[in-house]
Amino acid sequence: MNIPSAGPRRHYLNAGYGVRSWLLTTDHKRIAWLYLLSITFFFVIGGAFATLMRIELLTPQGDLVQAETYNRLFTMHGVTMIFFFLIPSIPAVLGNFLVPLMIGARDLAFPRLNLASWYVFILGGAFTLIAAAAGGVDTGWTFYTPYSSRYSNSQVVLTVVGIFITGFSSILTGLNFLVTIHKMRAPGMTWFRLPLFIWSHYATSIIFILGTPVIAITLVLVGLERIFSLGIFDPARGGDPLLFQHLFWFYSHPAVYIMILPAMGVVSEVIACFARKRIFGYSFVAFASLAIAVLGFLVWAHHMFVSGQSVYASMVFSLLSFFVAIPSAIKVFNWTATLYKGSIAFDAPMLYALGFIGLFTIGGLTGLFLATLGIDVHVHDTYFVIAHFHYIMVGGAVMGYLGGIHFWWPKMTGRTYPEGWAKLAALIVFVGFNLTFFPQFILGYLGMPRRYHAYPPEFQVLNVMSTAGASVLALGYLIPIIYLTWSLRYGRIAGTNPWMAKGLEWETHSQPHSANFDAQPIVREEAYAYSGEERGDLQPLGKPVDV
Amino acid sequence: MTSAHAITLKTYGAVFTALLLLTALTTGVAFLDLGSYFNTVIALTIACAKATLVLLYFMHLRYSRPLTWVIAGAGLFWFLIMMSLTMSDVLTRETVTGLIR
Amino acid sequence: MSDSRLVHAHQFDDAEQQRDAASLGMWIFLATEVMFFGGMFLGYTIYRSMYAEAFAAASNRIDLIPGVINTTILILSSFTMASAVYHAALGRGRALQISLLLTIVLGAAFLGIKLYEYHEKFEELLVPGALFSFPAPFSAAAEIFFSFYFAMTGMHAVHMIIGFGLLAKLLFDARRGRYSAGYYTPVELVGLYWHFVDIVWIFLFPLLYLLGRHL
Repeated sequence: MNIPSAGPRRHYLNAGYGVRSWLLTTDHKRIAWLYLLSITFFFVIGGAFATLMRIELLTPQGDLVQAETYNRLFTMHGVTMIFFFLIPSIPAVLGNFLVPLMIGARDLAFPRLNLASWYVFILGGAFTLIAAAAGGVDTGWTFYTPYSSRYSNSQVVLTVVGIFITGFSSILTGLNFLVTIHKMRAPGMTWFRLPLFIWSHYATSIIFILGTPVIAITLVLVGLERIFSLGIFDPARGGDPLLFQHLFWFYSHPAVYIMILPAMGVVSEVIACFARKRIFGYSFVAFASLAIAVLGFLVWAHHMFVSGQSVYASMVFSLLSFFVAIPSAIKVFNWTATLYKGSIAFDAPMLYALGFIGLFTIGGLTGLFLATLGIDVHVHDTYFVIAHFHYIMVGGAVMGYLGGIHFWWPKMTGRTYPEGWAKLAALIVFVGFNLTFFPQFILGYLGMPRRYHAYPPEFQVLNVMSTAGASVLALGYLIPIIYLTWSLRYGRIAGTNPWMAKGLEWETHSQPHSANFDAQPIVREEAYAYSGEERGDLQPLGKPVDV
Repeated sequence: MTSAHAITLKTYGAVFTALLLLTALTTGVAFLDLGSYFNTVIALTIACAKATLVLLYFMHLRYSRPLTWVIAGAGLFWFLIMMSLTMSDVLTRETVTGLIR
Repeated sequence: MSDSRLVHAHQFDDAEQQRDAASLGMWIFLATEVMFFGGMFLGYTIYRSMYAEAFAAASNRIDLIPGVINTTILILSSFTMASAVYHAALGRGRALQISLLLTIVLGAAFLGIKLYEYHEKFEELLVPGALFSFPAPFSAAAEIFFSFYFAMTGMHAVHMIIGFGLLAKLLFDARRGRYSAGYYTPVELVGLYWHFVDIVWIFLFPLLYLLGRHL
């Protein structure tokens, strides 16, 4: 039933006004907004660093910045984007907003801990911004030792402190999600009736809990080594640089699954809604999420094939890396099978979801190339790797994030966004993205190393294409920022369920009450109980919705 | 957590005594030369026994629900993953003459 | 005893769900702590495998007596902590306070002895860094051993200090009659945390103090 939600009804956004009501909120929906604004801020900063890099790379010579400065640019780009945008993005924004709603709960298990997680995130971000202002770090976001632990003259300690602190934000969020999903599901919401978005966030939370502490201790040890001149990572003093790399990648590889699993959850929700079909092989997709989380912990040393680690270990990790691709592939097959004979609509969220499937597939397959020892020796530390992970993180995770923002925008704000502009932006993002990153596959294969601000002249054409693509991509990101902000004031009022979607979050008001539901929901049907016959009911956005 | 469980102060006292005895045992055995390998194995075994006693009784794991067991087990298991896969590299590297022995 | 007396936060359906959630949350947090300390145990293991002799020689420079005393103190403090939870569950406020106080005192004793040990290391030039001195041919590896010694026992001590603060808060609240047989969840949670810190030490003791005694 559609209930227009404009008017004097009290909901989570007007339940209190003023700075204190926001900064001291324990409402998961408000905390989601706090995160949304914060991560958007860091996205812009990370994007600024990338912009400078791509401008430098227009010419083969290093003529915009010095090499040392360029080192700081790519490091800060990586640190900001990974720790302060990608890792929190979907879980802290969409997860925070939706997990209680989707399972029929009034809030997360630990609302004050939730607020604390945001403050911790901000504190960590502040440290890192101060480090950036004080000159930044030049070690690469990977902080390899002994350069980072001994020789670098940059703000290593400040930055690792910032990342260490922010890690607790992840841990608290993961802890909250796990307890909430275990303990606070509505009556009738059995495990296998949960939306796949919840399964994804459950799996992500496992990684938060078991992986993040390892990067924490790793960064502590780097900081201690720098401050107290310890020597545990310094080969000149009997230390082993590979110890650092093992510890670092033990977290940082699962971290990439932190970044992609929530986006996969979004894609499952969007595909089901805009194909008007239950996700094909629901339980396979659910178990695949768990499998990705678990297997993702077994493959980290594929980042270390050429580091001097044992060849035997390299072979083991290579084999395991092939296995981890399987659950991801299962998901892609199942999404595709869901589309088959579905009643497909091409609203903006669906465009992002479809783009995700294609781009994630490319990124994932190139990951298999990298997992192949022989190939990796050739393309390690080249632009091939950069293209691979940007296909996953930008073509995958960011598009999943944007798709999710658009899909749940009416629920979060009570407003609809302008669909025409949204479709245009999605298209611009897709084109810009491919123009930016596909040439980088070729560049890497041809041998252009990563983290270099100058390159041989024969690579210029591809680099210019890439920078041109980046400008288009930037435009594609700018347009939604504008119209989404515009829609807060001028967007058409949204009903409860403008997409006629299934899910508990769609059965409560748009701009839900502070306590989410008028009455305790009771679940009686399976997830995605689309009958496939409501196609005619689905109104394109922009048309008035019948009450 | 279960409100009524069977752990009495007496049981806690027994566990405490056992922990002290195991501490004495591990300290004593440490002075016997059984070879580096066995000394380590024994020390770790005794430490695991002590940890198990603390977990089961002081931390009530014996009377906790299965989910708690899963979490405790997961922590241990993931730690073992980290150790074993990393050591699979360290122990199979070719020996290179290092700067120190 | 009537459950209707038990207040619970609005997001929970009843007090039992709240209790279960809290306990689950603490166990999950402890799992993160296993991985946190685990990183250091991994580093220790790697270097132990590389520099076995040097590690044994370095370990022998550590005075065993304070280590044994501290291990005993910590195990005793775990006993008093478990007693605290026991008394709280039975609503025995006075016994709860005494147990908490004992745990605090024992924890303080542990930290005091640790401080003494650190001071001794400083005097004996066993603190890694510019002032470190250890006979050849083991000097570099011994420095690595002591780096892990200080990092691991230091991190353990930090956790004990945090535990301190938690225990003090518990005692403060217990004196104000905050806990009863129907509600003592914070006591239980801090207990879990304290026992975990004890478990870390149970492994640290043999690995750092007992390594080379057989030589």
